[in-house]
Amino acid sequence: MSSESIDLSRSGNDVGSLGDRIARYAFFSCAFVTVLTTLAIILVLVNGAVGFFREATLVELLGGTLSADSAAGGLETLREGLAVQVTITEFLLGTNWSPLIEPTSYGVLPLVWGTLVVTVGSALVAIPVGTLTAIYLSEYADESVRRTLKPILEILAGIPTIVYGFFALSFITPTILQPLFPQTGTFNAASAAIVVGIMIIPMVSSLSEDAMSSVPDSLRNAAYGLGATKFEVSTQVVVPSSLSGILAAYVLALSRAIGETMAVALAMGMLPQITTNPLEEMQTMTSYMVQVGISDVSVGSIQYQSLFAVGLTLFAITFTMNVLSIWVRSQYREEYQ
Amino acid sequence: MSDETSDRRNGLRSTLASIGPGRGRFAIGNLLSTNSETTGMTANSGESETVGTPESEQTPAGIDSAAGDMPSSDRPLGTPRVDDAIIEARNLEVFYGDTQALHNIHMDIPEKQVTALIGPSGCGKSTFLRSINRMNDLIDVARVEGDLYFHGKNIYDEDVDPVALRRKIGMVFQKPNPFPKSIFDNVAYGLRVQGKDDNVEEQVYTALERAALLEEVEDQLDESGLDLSGGQQQRLCIARAIATDPEVILMDEPASALDPVATSKIEDLVEELAQEYTVAIVTHNMQQAARISDKTAVFLTGGHLVEFDDTNKIFENPQSDRVEDYITGKFG
Amino acid sequence: MSVDTDPEFDFSGSAIERKRLYGKLFLGLCISAAMVGIVALIALLADVLYEAWGWVTWEFLTYPPSQVPDHFIPGNYGDLDTGPAGIYPAIIGSIYLIVLTAIFTLFLGVGAAIYLEEYAPDTRLTQFIEANIANLAGVPSIVYGLLGLAMFVRALQTGASLIAGALTLTLLILPIVIVASQEALKAVPDSMRQASYGTGATKWQTIRNVVLPEAIPGIMTGIILSLSRAIGETAPILMVGAAASMFTPPQLTDPTGAFSAMPTTIFDWITLPDEAFQHVAAAGIVVLLTILLLMNATAILIRNKYDRRA
Repeated sequence: MSSESIDLSRSGNDVGSLGDRIARYAFFSCAFVTVLTTLAIILVLVNGAVGFFREATLVELLGGTLSADSAAGGLETLREGLAVQVTITEFLLGTNWSPLIEPTSYGVLPLVWGTLVVTVGSALVAIPVGTLTAIYLSEYADESVRRTLKPILEILAGIPTIVYGFFALSFITPTILQPLFPQTGTFNAASAAIVVGIMIIPMVSSLSEDAMSSVPDSLRNAAYGLGATKFEVSTQVVVPSSLSGILAAYVLALSRAIGETMAVALAMGMLPQITTNPLEEMQTMTSYMVQVGISDVSVGSIQYQSLFAVGLTLFAITFTMNVLSIWVRSQYREEYQ
Repeated sequence: MSDETSDRRNGLRSTLASIGPGRGRFAIGNLLSTNSETTGMTANSGESETVGTPESEQTPAGIDSAAGDMPSSDRPLGTPRVDDAIIEARNLEVFYGDTQALHNIHMDIPEKQVTALIGPSGCGKSTFLRSINRMNDLIDVARVEGDLYFHGKNIYDEDVDPVALRRKIGMVFQKPNPFPKSIFDNVAYGLRVQGKDDNVEEQVYTALERAALLEEVEDQLDESGLDLSGGQQQRLCIARAIATDPEVILMDEPASALDPVATSKIEDLVEELAQEYTVAIVTHNMQQAARISDKTAVFLTGGHLVEFDDTNKIFENPQSDRVEDYITGKFG
Repeated sequence: MSVDTDPEFDFSGSAIERKRLYGKLFLGLCISAAMVGIVALIALLADVLYEAWGWVTWEFLTYPPSQVPDHFIPGNYGDLDTGPAGIYPAIIGSIYLIVLTAIFTLFLGVGAAIYLEEYAPDTRLTQFIEANIANLAGVPSIVYGLLGLAMFVRALQTGASLIAGALTLTLLILPIVIVASQEALKAVPDSMRQASYGTGATKWQTIRNVVLPEAIPGIMTGIILSLSRAIGETAPILMVGAAASMFTPPQLTDPTGAFSAMPTTIFDWITLPDEAFQHVAAAGIVVLLTILLLMNATAILIRNKYDRRA
């Protein structure tokens, strides 16, 4: 056994500069910013929403209670702050949304309805088109076609949404909808649904294509070996085998449609109403937020706070859909790996 | 490209997968050996052939007295202790998650000699090599138990910094992996990160000279290391490893990706290097081990060191029948 | 086909014929679906160009906006006391916004990606951070606008300023930048890291000298593409309070000053009732799309230049 002793410690070998020791914590802080962002979003929305339903926001309640002179005073402040401004039942079940014009009313359902109309309408456009495009790209198109088509679809996804709004107003409505349906208004839900649908085609097609491409060739060959045609292989083998990936793509795309703002705000108008006629003007949750954003409501007013109540509703819906999409996709990842 | 870019976790998965069959073969190997052998010696071949066998039959007299830290029951056949050891493994075990990749390794690596580690794939020889300079630390799920002494210092002690250790124990990998930098910068890399950058130029030339590469690349030191041929790339990696003047050089199948001519150049180089450095080399090529090494360790059956001795003894007169089978090509 | 129908093998049987017809119809359907995207893109670009034709002039790029639509008409330029009208302050505003956003995201995004790829142990916390990033990428941009409004503009008292806009956009694109940078880091072969550790380099030395130089082209491509998304984002900066139109461009030396950006200015123009502003808005969109095109081209150039070694 060698008896000479050897120093392998960090200090004895001058290993690890200061940078090495700082780096890890600095990089962790960067990653942790994303967690703080989520917390901040939730805090901001909940705080404002509390201020909408009650007389004071969460922060005001805490601040007021803690800074009160006596315990009784604190309690009094708390009680005043907690006085109901809008009931949650009125908000969630009311069918009249009129926050800016007297007499005010805060039923969110017309906004949810408007959002639903756009989402369903855009799904009617994007899901068939996107899925068939994905099947074409994954099963039929040769490499050169794929290499041209995919970047074009990427461009479609990269165009700012405000441009889609302009497109709806200056082309879809006057050139396509109004000649077909003369009663179409300048602002209408149909044009918004169409442009949002176009906007999310690339999302549906590229995510679905990813799912279809990951179906192993052995499955296709098995079907071909049984005498199936390409059509049968595509529709009866590939699509069912990648169904969870395709569904995840749909959910994600629809979540995007729900959160879509500028195209909808421009094309659909600002009139909150529950109607089954897509050629009429409606308002979504997002376009209401834009309406408040560009108006001169004062900070702390109930209209200002309503932004956060609507924002929280929107966030809750999209968050649920995103989680759902991630869950669905994780199901299909397990199938082939 | 796709191999290299694939997720590192996949790489690990394949490592684990390669261990799996080894374990399976272990069971079959035992079955075969108990069936084929009529002598009573291997009747008790459970975990290892050495379990319960009388010491006097296997180990030369004189070692026993010094082997207080080496339980006799776990000792491999042959001569696991050497006098001029620079590295001593005692009861070393490595786990990847729940899979045990190395069992109770006891062996010494002598100073300034070439020690070859051979065995079938998945036998743990590379794992052992990587545990000598703690490269296994880089794998999240890898866990090491037992002791490994370098100059009498346990490198798995708390106060040992793996980076400091790797500055004394360099490594050459299976696939040549020069950086996408110039030839000069490749060799200078280690010097720079270790702060030994006083007269970099001279040290780079010396290293290239020792790696028998200088003549071929002298005029193109500014060109990318990736432009060299495979054999040259591997010698560049050797130059990079010896530039910082480590004491030990670990080589993980350094010639497995090379053609015969390049391989023989690497082999010559290894013998050359042993004059100044301690070399431990993993190889799947038994002729190579026989040609270049002084000592040979044979790993078999999912992470067991079966026999360790002078190379000529291993190849001419192995004590273990399974080692003999392996060397003569009957097994593995 | 059942065995007892025809002893002779019939390749032109009616069942197979029908299958072939279905196959052709289906393929036709798929191709037309794929064409929808292309046709929509062409229609959109044609519409914008048609509406903007003749309205994008040098003066449009270099003069501040006006409330009077006539001031934008190229034929009127000569007769105006106030000079022509254009989109200049908003261009500068958008550029400054993107420069600040680029600086913030470069550090935060690449730093976070390095942590997740190179340092993070496989723990619950890491999994939570990764899942959280995936979720943030799906949060609607207007919600980020609310965050910016409540946190930066109000709580941190930045006002409706350039810095508030840039910070909001930073948080918005951070998830995309992190994921793109992670991909770039993943593409660096592990053998490079091993080689570096093998020579006794520390983790930070390995990242700085080996991993980052290899990953930077991929990271840059990802960041530029993310920024090109940020520059077109309207809702977040609208909520933060970017002005619809400003007559002077913001100062980069005063990031707490008010600003206007191209998307908000274009939005304002689209909502104005006067017919002429539709053309002005289209002209603004042409400028915005041109800048987007330049950014994307840069990203693609970087990608192609460094992809050759593959």
